[in-house]
Parts: sequence; structure tokens; C-alpha cells
Amino acid sequence: MDSSPARPKKPKIGLATWLAAGPGLLWLTLLLAIPCLALIAMAFASRGQYGEVVWSFSLDNLKRLIGYGLFGWSPDLIFILLRSLLVAAITTLLCVFIAYPLTFHMASRKPSIRVFWLILVIVPFWTNVVVRTYGWLLILGPQLPPAQLAAYLGLIPPGSALYPGSFAVYLGMTTTFLPFMALPLYASVERLDQDILEAARDLYANPFLIFWRVILPQTTPGLSVGVIMTFVPAMAMFVVTDILGGAKNMLIGNLIQQQFSQARDWPFGAALSMGLMLFTLLSLSFRRLKTPGQKDPSLL
Amino acid sequence: MKARILALVAYSSLILMYLPCLAVAVFSVNKARFGLNWKGFTLNWYQRLFENEAILEATYNSLLVAVITTVIATVIGTALALGLERATWPKPCQRLFDVIVNIPVVVPDIIMAVALVLAFSVLRHLSSVFELGLAALIISHVTFQISFVTLVVRGRLASLNPETREAAWDLFATRFYNFRRVTLPLIMPGVLAGAMLAFTLSLDDFIISFFIHGPESVTLPIYIFSSLKRGLTPETNALSTLMLLATVILALLAERLTRKL
Repeated sequence: MDSSPARPKKPKIGLATWLAAGPGLLWLTLLLAIPCLALIAMAFASRGQYGEVVWSFSLDNLKRLIGYGLFGWSPDLIFILLRSLLVAAITTLLCVFIAYPLTFHMASRKPSIRVFWLILVIVPFWTNVVVRTYGWLLILGPQLPPAQLAAYLGLIPPGSALYPGSFAVYLGMTTTFLPFMALPLYASVERLDQDILEAARDLYANPFLIFWRVILPQTTPGLSVGVIMTFVPAMAMFVVTDILGGAKNMLIGNLIQQQFSQARDWPFGAALSMGLMLFTLLSLSFRRLKTPGQKDPSLL
Repeated sequence: MKARILALVAYSSLILMYLPCLAVAVFSVNKARFGLNWKGFTLNWYQRLFENEAILEATYNSLLVAVITTVIATVIGTALALGLERATWPKPCQRLFDVIVNIPVVVPDIIMAVALVLAFSVLRHLSSVFELGLAALIISHVTFQISFVTLVVRGRLASLNPETREAAWDLFATRFYNFRRVTLPLIMPGVLAGAMLAFTLSLDDFIISFFIHGPESVTLPIYIFSSLKRGLTPETNALSTLMLLATVILALLAERLTRKL
């Protein structure tokens, strides 16, 4: 194509634009956008006798989501869903509690050392979750000091490991998701107006008041990104709970995985996935409501 | 006094984050075959890795998938970024495309995995490429990589000075010449950073691969996961340590690249 004298700032959508954007858009639409919609449709289908999907409209899976099974109502599933919420919430809260002091410490360093700290927080974010969880499996093993100390204190029977159990799950989850919380929060903490902090201290505000009235409002953008980046994947997590949690600590992620493997109940798995998807959208829109017009401080 | 508490929490959180990685590395050079007692230093388990057929195959699969997917996703993702950023799309189109491109960034991995399983179960009737296995693994990795490459390259494109491009137009550069000699060199750091990100994501991916892989296409994270289920071996420690080292090096390289932007 010859150069036009008009030299438009942004060219009109021509063949070249379609050729550039087309393959990517087509790929993502065919393999991701449409299947996500199909997943929602499948939530209303049912399971056939041999694990196949029967495409007739039914609300059975949604009923099962609120506890109605083959044998009447039972609270098992609701417990799993509530536990997912609870584990994700506690993990997020633990991450918040650790991330604030961590990011404040980072922000108070000299700029050259700050970069070093940032890299130290980013590196675990990249390492493989299976390997890291496996590391905890080694550390919490029966022959090592943590388990022996717990046994000495009478918390666990002697000779047993610190897994499977809630303690191991929270340890694994918190250390896995801490970078997800710390990195967005750091972006806000770094920009915190130190003068207002000083002023609050000069006026003898107590630490709690300083946090509530000065620090929290100023760090809300980073905090809300961190909360979403921790809470949503924590609910969907199945590696950590599978390795460190045992059957008692099953989460919605484990349940979805089971429906698509051993149980071969795709429609029910689809219904669970739909619930998780709705939840993701809900938390994203909640954030958009709270901080309109603000761009995410991206992790990348 | 208060600063000390902050420092204490900061250092302990770092220790907690690195402890599992450290444990794997320490046990990988421990002589003990069974149990976790320290029996002395050895590199024996690393040597054993090269004699283990299953591990070699998983490594080969992981690297093959990572290289192929990175090439495909970098080309498609960069083109997509150019197409979205360099043209004025009507508002509703723009919004729809943004949603589609952002799906892999916001939706939890497990849902993406399930959606891909669903897509493959239908597409399988069209072509055997979509049977669970290496080809399907490549296709599914590319799917999430495209988004991340596009995200990084778009960021780079948005930060470019439009005047350089306009200057080239004024000098009667053809569109292709303009792209090859002006735009491409300018966005190259972004493209490279996107490619490294894509490579690391592929090498590291467990959840999606776990749903898509077949018996012939086990990758490293899947091998490690299933060896945990079968019982721990010192070879797993050595393998995990090597994987950690590889990701750390890649992450640091990508970090330097993005910092140079």
C-alpha cells in the first residue's frame, strides 16, 4: 500500500489490521471465550449413565450446588463451598497482615536496596507451585524440627508429620500468595504521602487510627488489587490443598478437578465452574465500583 | 523500635517464602536414599537424573512445548497487540476484544483448563490434533500465552512516541517499511520480554497441563506432582532444584529486560 498524503494518526481498520488482530482474536474466541460460554450452558445439562453429557435442560446441578443430592439434602457440599470461602478469606487476611509490614519495610529502604527487595519478592512468584508445596512437604516431615517441636508440645502424636491438615494448608497458601498481595500493595505504599503520616503522628493519633484514617484510604487501590489477586486464585487452588490438605481440606478447586477426572460428571463440574466464574466477575466489578477510572498497577 | 518490628516481619516473610525452595535444594544433595536425615553431601542424584528415562522424556516434552508455544504465541500476540493498538476500533468492538484478551489474566487457571477440555472434546471430532496429548498441550499453552504477550507488547506500544511513525509517513515510507524499520525495533524489548514471560509461563504451568496432558505428554511439573503421589525420591529433589534454578534465571533475565524498557 502506498503512503497516503493524509498520514492518519491511527489508520482505519483495513485488511492489514484484520490480518494482524484476526488470528489472535479467533484463537482466543474459539478456544476460550466460546468454551467459557458453553461451560455455562453445560451447567444446565445433565450427566448420562456412562458419564456422557446429556443436553436436556435441567436445574439439577444448580440444586446440587445448594446441597440437594441423590439422597436428599445434605450439607456436605455447602461445607466445601463455605470452607473454600473461609480458607480463601483467611489466606487473604494473613497475606494482608504480612504484606503491610513487609511493603512498609521495603518502601523505607534506599532506592538501590528497594530494587533488590522487589526482586526477592518477585522470584518466588515465578517458581513452580508444585515444587514449592513439595518443599513444605519435606520441611513438615516427621523427622524434622518443626514436627518434632509440635509433637513435644503435644499438638500432634509423636512420629507424625505436620501434614495433612489446616496448618500445612495455610502455611502453603499464605507463602504461595504473599507475592500476589505484596507486589500490588507495594505500588501504593511506595507512593504514600509521608507528610500526612508525620502530621498524624504530630497530632498524637494512635497507631490504629493512623492506619485506619491515613494509611488504609491511601493504599486502597493497591490493596484491592492484591485482595482480588489473592482471593480468587486461592478459592480455585487445588495443588496446595491436594498435597498438604488431605481429603478433609477439599476446596472448590479440588471438587471441580474431580468432576472432570474420577467422577466424570462434567455438567456438575461446569456448574461449579460457573459459580467460581460468577464469583470472579463479581469481585472484579466490585473493585471497579470502588475505584472508578483507575488502572491496575500491573504486576508485569 | 517500630522499624524493627517491620524489619522482623519482612525478613521472616522472606525466609518463609524461600524456605521450601531451600529445603528442596538441600535435600537434593543429601546422601540419604530414604528418610530425611542428613547423611553427607553428594551430587549422585543429579547424575541419576540422566539415567531416568521418564525424567528425560518429561524434560524433553517441557522444553519442546515451551519453545514451540513461545514462538507461536509471540508472533500471534505481537500481531494482536499491533492490531488492537494501531487502529481505531468502534467502542463496542474495543470493549469486547479487551474482555476476550483479558480472560486468561483474570479467570482462575482451573476454569481455563476446564474450558479448554470442553473445547477439545468438541474439536476432537474435527481433527485428531485435539486428542489429549502433546499437540493439544501446545495449543492450550499458546492460548494463555497470547494474552500475556499482547499485554506486554501493548504496554510498550502505548508508551511509544507517535511522532517517529508520523515522521516515517512524511518521508513516504511504505507501511511495511515503516513497520519493519521503525515500529518493530522500537517494540523489540517488549516483544522479547513478552516472549520470556510466555516461555516461563509454559515451563511452569501445572494446572492447565494437568487437565490436557496425555500419557505420552508428561511435562516436568506433572512428573513431579505424580511422583509425590507415588512416594518421594531423591531424584525428584534434584529435578525440582534444577527447575527452580531455571525459573529463577529466566525471571531475573525478564526482569532486567523490562527494567530496560
